[in-house]
This record gives sequence, structure tokens and C-alpha cells, in this order.
Amino acid sequence: MSESLYQIFIGTLLANNFVLAMFLGLCPFLGVSARLNTALPMGAATTFVMLVASLCAFGLNWLVTTFHLEFLRLISYIVIIASAVQLVEMVLKKYSPVLFRALGIYLPLITTNCAVLGVALFQTAREYSFTQALTFATAGGLGFTLALLLMAGLRERLNLASVPNVVQGTALSLMLAGLLSLAFMGFAGLGAGE
Amino acid sequence: MIPGQKQLSNLEELLEGVWKQNPVFVMVLGMCPTLAVSVSAMNAVSMGLATTFVLVGSTFLVSLLRNVIPKEVRIATYIVIIATFVTVVDYLIQAISLAVYDALGAFIQLIVVNCIILGRAEAHASKNPPLRSVLNALGMGAGFTVGLFALGGVREILGAGKLFGFSLFGPDFQPWVVMVLPPGGFFVLGAWLLLFNWLNSRKTDAAPAKPAEGHAHV
Repeated sequence: MSESLYQIFIGTLLANNFVLAMFLGLCPFLGVSARLNTALPMGAATTFVMLVASLCAFGLNWLVTTFHLEFLRLISYIVIIASAVQLVEMVLKKYSPVLFRALGIYLPLITTNCAVLGVALFQTAREYSFTQALTFATAGGLGFTLALLLMAGLRERLNLASVPNVVQGTALSLMLAGLLSLAFMGFAGLGAGE
Repeated sequence: MIPGQKQLSNLEELLEGVWKQNPVFVMVLGMCPTLAVSVSAMNAVSMGLATTFVLVGSTFLVSLLRNVIPKEVRIATYIVIIATFVTVVDYLIQAISLAVYDALGAFIQLIVVNCIILGRAEAHASKNPPLRSVLNALGMGAGFTVGLFALGGVREILGAGKLFGFSLFGPDFQPWVVMVLPPGGFFVLGAWLLLFNWLNSRKTDAAPAKPAEGHAHV
């Protein structure tokens, strides 16, 4: 892979945004995006877990390919991610109990956030080097945070609008996400294409 | 299931996931693979079958081991069990059809983090005997496949004018390309949910109007 770091960064942040173009991490995207003040910490926590996961996945991938244990790759990735999430959870619980409660069930659910496992799997599939992988993870996390913030802003506005009963709930969030995704398609061609 | 709830018959257990608790349209779970692979009916059905396999296998094992697994480490155990079955299905699809394998890409491995499977393991299989868990899982898998097909079918028809690769409208059809692109996924799922909301609200018209949302993103 000969993509430059800049290409990877812009491409992953905007053109191939994890949430809006690759459909990764939709559950927290729809679940935590109701308010702006929880969206940002959630994005930050996810970004941190992504970085840790990407680092560990890089080492693990080297390990399993060296010992020809490729079939263990997926299982080892998921175990590493679960441990990283546990770590974030403990740190948050100690230093910011308020935030810990605000994020609630969505914090342990970062383990099953497909965006995190997605980072690990895609960096393996695309054979990124160490720096490329870290750039990819950072951009992915920032892209996730960006999408979350945009969505939270939109939904806070929506609370003030009168919406017919039939449309309320997930259907409306999905329509909004569709419009956002449409807007992000304008970035297509920027940075690294797939 | 919730304790104290009426015991369902085996058939009802099977049908639960297909209609009343459909994972895609009612519970709105596992949306990432749902939206990502539903660009064509073929992909959607393959993904649905792969997920069903993992679902049935892992709930069976979880249900068998439900009295052995210590409570504190149950989630980690479930995930390892699920990851094992996903690895199996990953190699299986690669052996059966390389075309499907390439089309689904990383999303086969991402079945691990599909909330439906962990949700079933935690909410159902850990409390029920193997037979009932497998029936429930089969139903959920079928419901997921149906949901995926409903999405993939609509997107393929509108976006490419085809269904399962067969042209439907002849050469003059102007494809609605956005439907096979990412925004189309959001729009079509949103439209389906809208339709079900509308049907529900008509059914419960007599009752006081309440937003008909059945989502629990867990």
C-alpha cells in the first residue's frame, strides 16, 4: 500500500467516513447522539479505544502471521478490544463518575462497536504499515466523533420542531442520517479511495 | 425472556423473531451489517444466512454451557464462542463462493459484533434449554434474513433495476443510483420503519396516540 498518510487521514475522516459511508458504529451513532454534551465524550472514548485497538491489532497481526495462526486473528482482536474497553471504563469510573453514568450502557457496548473492530480488520486487510495504521485509527475515530456531533446538533434542533407522531423515533433519525450521508458523498474522491 | 411471562409454545418461540420481534424492523438491532451489505438481494441473503448460522451455533453452545459459565465472565465467554463460529463461517464462505466472500468483505468477520447475536445469547440462551434457544435463534435468523432481503431487494430494484442479478425493467430503465450508495441504505430502512410505524398507528388508532417506536439499541 503506497497511500500517503495525508490521503489516509482525509479519506477516512471525510470521504470514507466510518459512520456515514461505511456503516460502522451505527448503534452508538443513533443511541448516544441525542445530546451534544454526551456525544463529544463518547466520541473521545471511542477514538481512544480505536487507537489502542489499532496498536494492539498491529502487534497481534505480526504475532499470528509469524506463527501461522491466522484463524486465531479474529478471536484475539476481540479479546484485546474488550480489555481496552474495560480499561477505559475503569479510568472513567474513577475520574469522572458523572460522565460514566451519562454514557451508561453505551460504554461497555464500545466492545461491540463495529467501528473499533472495523479499524483492526481493515488495517489488516489493507496491509497498512505501523504509522499508516495509527493515522487510519485516529482519522476513523475523529470521523466517528464528527458524525456523532453533527447528528447530535441536528437532533437537538429537531426537539424544537413539531414532527408528526408517525415519523418520530428511529425512522426520523435514519432519514436524517441519510441526508448527512448524502452531504458527505460530496467529499467522494478526496484522499484515499477504496 | 422476562420471568413470569406466559410460556410460549415451541412454534411461537420460532415465529417470535420472524414477526413480532423482528430484529431489523422492530428491535432495530445489528444495523451496521444490515445497511452495509444490503446493496443487492444476493449479498443480503448470503449475509442473513451466515448470521443465522452463527446465531444458531452460538446460542446452542451458550445454552448448553449456561450453568457452567461463571456470571462475572459471561460476556467475554459469549464473545469468544461467537468469534469461534464467525471464524468457521468466514472460512466456509471463502470455500463455497469466492465472489460472495469478496462482496461481503470484512463484514463477515464483523458478524462478531452484531448486537443481535450477543443480545440473544445474553437475553435468551443463557436462561433457556438448548432446543428452545435454537428455535428462537432460528426465528431471529430468519427474521434478520427477511429484513435484509426487504432492504437489499428494494435497493437493488431501485438502484440497479435488477433482482438477484436479473434485469427487471429492460434496457430503458434509468437506475436510481443513490439507492445503492450509502445514503440509500439509510433512506430505505427509514422508509420501511416509517411504513411499519404508520401501520401500527392505524392499528392502535383507538388507543391514545403514542410514538410507535420499538427500538432498544442494545
